[in-house]
Amino acid sequence: MSKNDEKQHIVPYRTFLLVLLALLAFTFISIGATSYNLGPVTVLIALLLATFKTILVLTYFMHLKWDVKMFGILVAAVLALIGVVIFITFLDYLFR
Amino acid sequence: MSQDPHTDEHRDDIGSRFGMWLFIFTELLLFAGLFITYSVFRYKNWQAFHLAAEELDVFIGALNTVLLLASSATIAMSITALQQKRKVLSLGLMGFTLLVGVIFLVNKYFEWSLKFEHGLYPGSETLVELGKGEVLFFGLYFFMTGLHALHIIAGLVFIGIVFNRIIKDKITHDNFVHLENAGLYWHLVDIIWIFLFPLFYLIT
Repeated sequence: MSKNDEKQHIVPYRTFLLVLLALLAFTFISIGATSYNLGPVTVLIALLLATFKTILVLTYFMHLKWDVKMFGILVAAVLALIGVVIFITFLDYLFR
Repeated sequence: MSQDPHTDEHRDDIGSRFGMWLFIFTELLLFAGLFITYSVFRYKNWQAFHLAAEELDVFIGALNTVLLLASSATIAMSITALQQKRKVLSLGLMGFTLLVGVIFLVNKYFEWSLKFEHGLYPGSETLVELGKGEVLFFGLYFFMTGLHALHIIAGLVFIGIVFNRIIKDKITHDNFVHLENAGLYWHLVDIIWIFLFPLFYLIT
């Protein structure tokens, strides 16, 4: 079946190992950064680092980098939708 | 091979992965709703959430984060191993993921037990005395980490089934979309934890 025959991309182990090391580094940075209580800045740093980690997992572990382009576009659309919902919810609560 | 005109394979790997992604989107929206609930309650009860979050053990949370990240890397590597026709290595890497998933749940068990011993569980008298903010924090803590733990169990079952099918050569180096889908599900569980960990354990 031609559909299943598109050239398989074999991701080297090294790539996954490097991504894992980056993920662990981000984890320890966020533990370190949140040990100082800087109020809203701490929250922002923790969430930004979590977002970086998510992008790494999506791109490499979940093969989005090598998979059909449509999947990446859909993931971005869903994440954008979640972002819009969070934004609108907080517009409501902050300015009520 | 699949080019052989005599093999009448009814497979659509892209369609299969697409189905898995659609399911993952529903899961993302489910947890996003819970994260928004958490954020709003935190915003409205920030002092109580600050005190309650101090109760959580950063060490055990960090340990579970490291374990999950490592298990995600090994399930991703198991696909590479299977593509290279290294079946035993692939099974070994999946076995590591399964083992680590179980260790994650054992840690969760001890963590929850400790909270219960301190009288911190939904509906407990200690919690009601502490106040509304604490009730909300621990309610969300148990619900969200509990729902995540259920996803870990589902992921372990999924990977277990795939593991068995690889042993029986039902999933092979040129037909491994089910392994990919099991991996995708496990990475989703990982992503959810990537947000649960800072929100509950780190931000105080």
